[in-house]
Amino acid sequence: MTRPEVNSDLNRGASLIDATPKQQRNTLALWLSRLEGPQTLGSGRWFWLTLALAVLAAVIYPLFVDGWTVGNTAYFLVWTFMAMGLGVIWGYAGSLSFGQTAFFGLAGYGYGVLTLNFGAAYGFTLLALALSVGLAALLAVVLGYFMFYGRVQGVFIGIVTLSVTLVFQAFMAQTAGPEWAIGAARLNGFNGMSGMPPLTIPWPGGDVLLYADIALYYVLLGLMLVVYLGLRMLLNAPFGNVLVAIRENPERAEMLGYDVRRYQLLGFVLGGALAGLSGVLYTAWGQYITPSSMSITAAALPVIWVAFGGRKDVTATLIGTLVMIFLYQWLTIYGSQYAIVVMGVILVLTVLFAPEGIVLSLMRWISARLASTGGRP
Amino acid sequence: MSTLFSFLFQFGDAFAFLVIASMGLAIIFGMMGVINLAHGEFIMCGAYTTVSLAQLGLPLPLAILGGSITAGLIGMVLERTIIRHLYHRPLDSIVATWGATQGVLIVLGSTMQGVGTPLGSFTVGGFSYSTYRVVLMGIAVLLLVSLYLFFYHTRAGVIARATIQLPRMARATGVDTGKVYTLTFGLGAALAGLAGGLYAPTMTLVPTMGATFMVESFVTVVIGGGDIFLGAAPAAAILAVIRSGMTAWQGQLFGQIGLLITVIIVIRLLPGGLSGWILGGRK
Repeated sequence: MTRPEVNSDLNRGASLIDATPKQQRNTLALWLSRLEGPQTLGSGRWFWLTLALAVLAAVIYPLFVDGWTVGNTAYFLVWTFMAMGLGVIWGYAGSLSFGQTAFFGLAGYGYGVLTLNFGAAYGFTLLALALSVGLAALLAVVLGYFMFYGRVQGVFIGIVTLSVTLVFQAFMAQTAGPEWAIGAARLNGFNGMSGMPPLTIPWPGGDVLLYADIALYYVLLGLMLVVYLGLRMLLNAPFGNVLVAIRENPERAEMLGYDVRRYQLLGFVLGGALAGLSGVLYTAWGQYITPSSMSITAAALPVIWVAFGGRKDVTATLIGTLVMIFLYQWLTIYGSQYAIVVMGVILVLTVLFAPEGIVLSLMRWISARLASTGGRP
Repeated sequence: MSTLFSFLFQFGDAFAFLVIASMGLAIIFGMMGVINLAHGEFIMCGAYTTVSLAQLGLPLPLAILGGSITAGLIGMVLERTIIRHLYHRPLDSIVATWGATQGVLIVLGSTMQGVGTPLGSFTVGGFSYSTYRVVLMGIAVLLLVSLYLFFYHTRAGVIARATIQLPRMARATGVDTGKVYTLTFGLGAALAGLAGGLYAPTMTLVPTMGATFMVESFVTVVIGGGDIFLGAAPAAAILAVIRSGMTAWQGQLFGQIGLLITVIIVIRLLPGGLSGWILGGRK
């Protein structure tokens, strides 16, 4: 799957030393070149043209619909970070975490507690965002340390992470009494916290409050693009190659001299931080967070999105997630409680008949067609 | 004296809960390497069937048996249709077990009126204890003993273990391994249904009640490791001490948190679980 970079370094031999200063000059070019690579699908003029058109469509989209719909679309974007993070852990590093919602919930509650205590002045909400994501990453470091450095195998990671999120849920659900408060922020048990300020960007001549509206939509769209392109570069960098090498064959990666545990932990922390980012954005989007955001159903949803899209490619994950969230909301409106059953059925069908993911299989098929026609669509 | 009895009762109660709740999961995981995320749904299915049958006038033990059999049958159907195709993909099998049983939640629908805890109570040193809980402790021990006898001293049990250890060899000697897998999965599901049936009289029936059992049974299986008797049973005993201690000190939820912290520390020290450690030490 991946060519071990140890070999290529050896082949290049002494010339590597001479090339160093030049490489430093070209760091930016190097990273930009990693937008395309072996670990991500999509390359060449047609791919980037399609992406540019998709972004353009997303940018002009608010001109054609009302504010509520735009706010609702922003809600879809909120979840993509958690999904892409799960894609890194599960698809690229090969360890299924069934409890990404633990990081989501922790960061969401963290944002609530911080902003309810310190308000939104001087851009504090942005600091609260960073701190809450940091908190989620810290939990991922602790949990990941015990799991990966204990060399826990595949399925156990799923159970332990799921247990963590279920215990978090049970814990938050029993915090109804007035004694459960952190500073000015009541935790409110099963009803959850509400009333925290939205993300607020300090701006000369009046702060910009990012309610679930057009401004928030653009911020989220920009953030999603940055994270998506950033992940593409990271996954095609040596880091991503090593993650894939570990997924394909941990022993071989170890023999090649990589500390498997450290790479798995780093991937896990990255995924935890991205889930935390989703948690903060979700809380800021609707100005509430409840324990049910950490329930087993909530925990399973990202797994469904990623499985449906295709966990081994970040683009497929992203597209699959957006499609599934849209579908889930549509089903919830028209089929109420049967929505989750349909999700379950889709999940089972995907796992049985398109184990690589439906979007990913489609993308592979399209690129194979393009290749056979010599690059012309 | 009465304090000692109180602690023993708490311990026995926690032990019984952990054993009964986790046995179905432990068998499916230990024998087939599949983590059954539908475990909670099987438990719930057993509980709802039990209560429905009991309300129709069936005596409670028969109703519990009915709940267990229903869950077992559903488990066998699930294995035949879906799990079968995923044995070489353990991560996907986790995901599929969850997806496949979401319909159960809707079919069972809303909260149901429970049946009261039978058998009344007795008093030791001024504290009143439920007799039914003592019966549950007996059942937990009985369950462990009979599973041991089944897997180690009956022909069917030996065939099952042979199939798990060397499927191709077992097939070569004429064992229908597919059938063994189906029956083993069914047994695991039936034990989960039994757990639901046994605990149905002691709790409120809501569609999400399976989740109450999930954490405890996961933790027991993770700490226990692959072997049911060398792993899950001693794990349940150790965890019962921790859980009853934490529960007595801070309440039910802290019992659960204590379990979770234990499991996170234990996987760092004994990644193969207790049974991996015991079996590894023996080599």
